[in-house]
Amino acid sequence: MTNPERVYADPSINMETEAYWEATKQNKLLLKKCDDCGETHWYPRAICPHCSSSNTCWYEGSGKGKIYSFSVMRRVEVPYVMAYVTLDEGVSLLTNIVECDFDNLSIDQDVEVVFRATQGDQALPLFRPVA
Amino acid sequence: MSRSCKAYIAGVFEHPTRKAVDKTIAQLHAEVAIGALKDAGLTKDDVDGYFCDGATPGLGGMSMAEYMGLDITYTDSTETGGSSYLVHVGHAMTAIAAGKCKVALITLAGRPRSEGVKSLAAKDYGDDLPERGFEIPYAPVITNMYGMAAKRHMHEFGTTSEQLAWIKVAASHHAQYNENAVLRDVVTVDDVVNSPMISDPLHRLDCCVISDGGGALVVVSPEIAKTLGDRCVKLLGQGEGIKHLNSGRIDLTYTGAVKSGPVAFAEAGLTPADMDYVSIYDSFTITVLETLEDLGFCAKGEGGKFVADGNLISGTGKLPFNTDGGGLCNNHPGNRGGMTKVIEAVRQLRGEAHAKVQVPDCTLALAHGTGGSIAQRTGAATVIMGRNDA
Repeated sequence: MTNPERVYADPSINMETEAYWEATKQNKLLLKKCDDCGETHWYPRAICPHCSSSNTCWYEGSGKGKIYSFSVMRRVEVPYVMAYVTLDEGVSLLTNIVECDFDNLSIDQDVEVVFRATQGDQALPLFRPVA
Repeated sequence: MSRSCKAYIAGVFEHPTRKAVDKTIAQLHAEVAIGALKDAGLTKDDVDGYFCDGATPGLGGMSMAEYMGLDITYTDSTETGGSSYLVHVGHAMTAIAAGKCKVALITLAGRPRSEGVKSLAAKDYGDDLPERGFEIPYAPVITNMYGMAAKRHMHEFGTTSEQLAWIKVAASHHAQYNENAVLRDVVTVDDVVNSPMISDPLHRLDCCVISDGGGALVVVSPEIAKTLGDRCVKLLGQGEGIKHLNSGRIDLTYTGAVKSGPVAFAEAGLTPADMDYVSIYDSFTITVLETLEDLGFCAKGEGGKFVADGNLISGTGKLPFNTDGGGLCNNHPGNRGGMTKVIEAVRQLRGEAHAKVQVPDCTLALAHGTGGSIAQRTGAATVIMGRNDA
């Protein structure tokens, strides 16, 4: 049921996103919302894409969501599942689904966040089906 | 009737090569430029506007203007991936109407096949790309991103692999008559759905070809068109737009054509039902299906039924499309298929398509380009054209 996973590339990290990547090392998935309009956005930015406010702040997300869509990439050395997951907070993010049977995934399936070390010892959030 | 228009396409040229191991990219740009200018009955000394994409060698159009010996007073290097050339057509229409130039040359060249590009891998734009850290570690490539769009469309609307396959079948029916096409064998729905799965639900035959080459367009003012004869094609309307992931509120079941289509139809004063022929960007079968819905040729979610049973095949279907074989079978030069979409529409309006696929009395046509990734950030541009007497 569990397939081998590839070595994960490091994320590029910058001034806007370093808090996010520090948190993933503590197994926390942070989201950004705007203190002015109240909306959560993805991917996290210094400036709110909904209302242009600079008053954006981090908060810890539930780490739970549903598969919006996915595609199994089989014709590579280590096959993997590309997916968009819609978090309970309402935003959808690009990710991989791991710890799963490639042939038994479905849209709207419940998933939860897991973390994997990258080749440079950063931590990358991925998702697995809820048991 | 005779519709007024701000500009005409006077010349087009599609490079016959599909693998250019012995030519540089600059040389290919120059060869397609010479071809399109000759087709128009003009020379490089008539050109005062030059348009190219962001992948063209050099800063904007500067290096290529020098290489080709152009004397330029107007330039535009807007980059929206494979839709760039249909954006350039619109910008050339506007520039000509404003009196900024009279003869606009648009060129595309690329050689991914000779350079050994094995897949449509996403180009790496470097650390300044704001979304980079949240995408690249997950290994997105063009095929799995379009695969996700197809899977979501199937989930919401019941679209099937067999319906998508009909798009390739129609393209192959047309490509059999194109001696330059990469894939000339007529294929069946079974051939498509039984070809190897690349990134589900997309099979190998749901994907376009990888080819070298390029193409060029010459857009001219009405005054110059009058001197060049009735092979000039009227530019009646153009629209463009960008669609993205909308701060995380995503919807992969539609494309940027929902923005570009209405603008182009409104400018032309026409509707989808008026079109005799369409060139629809076909990086994958799903690209065509979503675009036809978004442009209003059928309702959202009805694309599967619309394309099935040969409805896109010239001579038998109700909406003949991509009669050169499209990107799915003929040519996708530089991994950018918008240029060849315009060129085949011009051939149709001139009555110069292959006799086996020529649409009788083709008077009004549409070409649509899609750039980037419809499951991430995508450009869209729609051009509506008319025969010289339209």
